[in-house]
Amino acid sequence: MSQPVLVAQNLTKTYGKNVIFRDISLSVNERDTIVIVGPSGTGKSTLLRCLNLLTKADSGKIWLDGVEITDPTRCSEDECRQRIGMVFQNFLLFNHLTALDNVMIGLTKVKKMPKEQARRKAMEELERVGLIDRAGHYPGQLSGGQQQRVAIARALAMEPRVMLFDEPTSALDPELIGEVLAVMKQLAREGMTMLVVTHEMGFAREVANRMIFMEKGQILEEGTPDDLFERPKYERTRQFLWKIAELHGRKAAEENG
Amino acid sequence: MLIEFFRYIAAGTATTLAVTLVALPLGLVIGLTFALAHVYGGKVLTQVMRLYSTLMRGMPPILLLFILYFIISGSINLSPFWAGSIALGVVSSAYQLEILRGAILSVGGEQMMAARAIGMSRLKAIRYIILPQALRMAIPPWSNEASIVLKDSSLVYALGVAEILRRAQQLSATTQQPFMAFGTAALIYFILVFTANRLLDYVSQRTRIPANPLG
Repeated sequence: MSQPVLVAQNLTKTYGKNVIFRDISLSVNERDTIVIVGPSGTGKSTLLRCLNLLTKADSGKIWLDGVEITDPTRCSEDECRQRIGMVFQNFLLFNHLTALDNVMIGLTKVKKMPKEQARRKAMEELERVGLIDRAGHYPGQLSGGQQQRVAIARALAMEPRVMLFDEPTSALDPELIGEVLAVMKQLAREGMTMLVVTHEMGFAREVANRMIFMEKGQILEEGTPDDLFERPKYERTRQFLWKIAELHGRKAAEENG
Repeated sequence: MLIEFFRYIAAGTATTLAVTLVALPLGLVIGLTFALAHVYGGKVLTQVMRLYSTLMRGMPPILLLFILYFIISGSINLSPFWAGSIALGVVSSAYQLEILRGAILSVGGEQMMAARAIGMSRLKAIRYIILPQALRMAIPPWSNEASIVLKDSSLVYALGVAEILRRAQQLSATTQQPFMAFGTAALIYFILVFTANRLLDYVSQRTRIPANPLG
């Protein structure tokens, strides 16, 4: 059995009277690629933000490598976040920095790595996402797909234990989605532990070893992609999955022909 | 004679520039500190900063200048030059607060979130991510405020500081040639403001973040 890397127990998040999600528990094991799907507004993004403490959950506990990170006496927030990589829907590169500096800044300013060493490491990460020739470009000079790959490199440079992806391809033009998914597939193959919120059902079926279907702030069903697609426990799961698979399939078909 | 007019009044230029070069940076330091307090300081500080900004911007600068001058010179022994410059700096700080607050807000909370996500503390995120972008954005409105302070430095004339306007008035009184005297002062102000704006335009261009595809 592989080790659990990130474990959440009974997480609840509300904004005023709105319950975003309630009593969510999940466990991400070493080398897992877990895909979370569900209709919009079900708290998937908020869940990811709670997992790396960007948003404080109202109740519940989170462990990273067996250390409870929701306990401030065990682990400082900033230290925890270094070990949890995050990729956002709208990239959120630092606009005033080149691609290289975007990847370097966490190494030099957070990890206090010497500049030369940080540069070498950052170039390695850019190479990993296939953007070594764009190192000197600013975010405004890059396509959406390239920006997202730089954002992935920026997160990878910190050598996180687990990577969280929040709809990483939703803001991209259809023809740019492939390059980002390719990088993510490669990461999965290399054994990176990943938790991915996405509507890319092709990616889910091909790469994920587990899928979670969330609706109305709760985990309705989880299992292997085959389980959820072919033998879902709930009719609702089947409906939703096939609907988005079909929509995306049609979009892809239109793109191709 | 024209040259003598010019020479006499221009001798006040150094004082005008000195007042501006004290007031503007002082206003920047206070304005930036208060802007950060306004945006990141929590509820109480935000309210305090809002009150400060509203009060200071709700009164004519010359009135504030008098009030601050008498507060400052009443508590410590300062020359009119220093008291006036500091007072102008405090007046300007409220406007600079608003300029910088707007710039910080337009950089946006998402840049902060991205910085926190790679493990930066709030302070580091402000220092390395938010401010470099906000300060760039603030240059054009700040340039406007700089020329206002440069022109408002003429207000210290009311405290008896011999800057451009005061010298022009002295000359107007002694020579009975008000048009020449004030015309010369106007020309000098215009040259100063124009130069300052061009200079800041240049800085703004040099620090612009590249956005066009390089190919």
